[in-house]
Amino acid sequence: MKIRLIVKLKEGVLDPQGKAVMNSLKVLGFANVSDVRVGKVIDITLDGSVDPKETVDEMCRKLLVNPVIEAYEWYVMEE
Amino acid sequence: MEFGVVVFPGSNCDRDCYWVVKDVLGYPCHYIWHEERNLRGIDCVILPGGFSYGDYLRAGAIAKTSPIMEAVKEFADSGGLVIGICNGFQVLLEAGLLPGAMLRNKNLKFICDFVNIRVENINTPFTLLCSEGEVLRIPIAHMDGNYFAGSATLDELIKKRQVVFRYSSPEGIVSEEYNPNGAIYNIAGIVNEGGNILGMMPHPERASETILGSTDGLKIFGSVIYWYERSKRSKTQ
Repeated sequence: MKIRLIVKLKEGVLDPQGKAVMNSLKVLGFANVSDVRVGKVIDITLDGSVDPKETVDEMCRKLLVNPVIEAYEWYVMEE
Repeated sequence: MEFGVVVFPGSNCDRDCYWVVKDVLGYPCHYIWHEERNLRGIDCVILPGGFSYGDYLRAGAIAKTSPIMEAVKEFADSGGLVIGICNGFQVLLEAGLLPGAMLRNKNLKFICDFVNIRVENINTPFTLLCSEGEVLRIPIAHMDGNYFAGSATLDELIKKRQVVFRYSSPEGIVSEEYNPNGAIYNIAGIVNEGGNILGMMPHPERASETILGSTDGLKIFGSVIYWYERSKRSKTQ
């Protein structure tokens, strides 16, 4: 089973990288860009076909996500 | 008093810490490999700077899962003295031993420079040889030192006097102008509520010999030694 996890900085947490990317987009002429937030994608392959909910949430809690600054969402890409 | 310096793969200030404790101050010091499971009876553990596990995922995130961290947590919970410097501070945050998290520096640059930090609380084992409001000159060297805490956590930190160091001018003026990395409230170092765990971004081990341009870092190591020996004396009396 393939899981796609998306980790983003929480709303309200300053994202200096996103700001820099936004400025570059503006330099390239994309004048209508008003915000950019950079996150990361983590693809996880799990063995078996059990309900992954508990496992993935536990992985996020214990390692993959820092809840002080980050929020996450995930979905099953492939059963 | 014996010190231990934890060595993670990617630590690069472990030898500097060892040097200052053993060769500059003359106290026993041991390297403790991250795969070990006990702290061998030491009295103060130092988590050094560097790039443990290449800063993969988030700075300090992988290091917190190292076997030695269980022992560090137990040691800290029982009141043991813990100092996390730079990457060591990041590890303490990720491990939940200190509140908050680190973000990338506001200017997105790696900053390696001397900074001034004002001592905000001298009633800790790490600052008791400092004077109130004293300014220390100690270098920073980091990419992710932009300390962040939610407003409730920050209020608690301030109220409980857990903010120990703040970036300031050489005269001790704290303002955005003297904030190198965007850290909230100019925070350069904090302690836990119990006061036995210190996390700081500046490197006291790089400011402990005249030849290096500052000896202010010795006040921190010296305070720890003074505090430990005083509490030992009062226990035996």
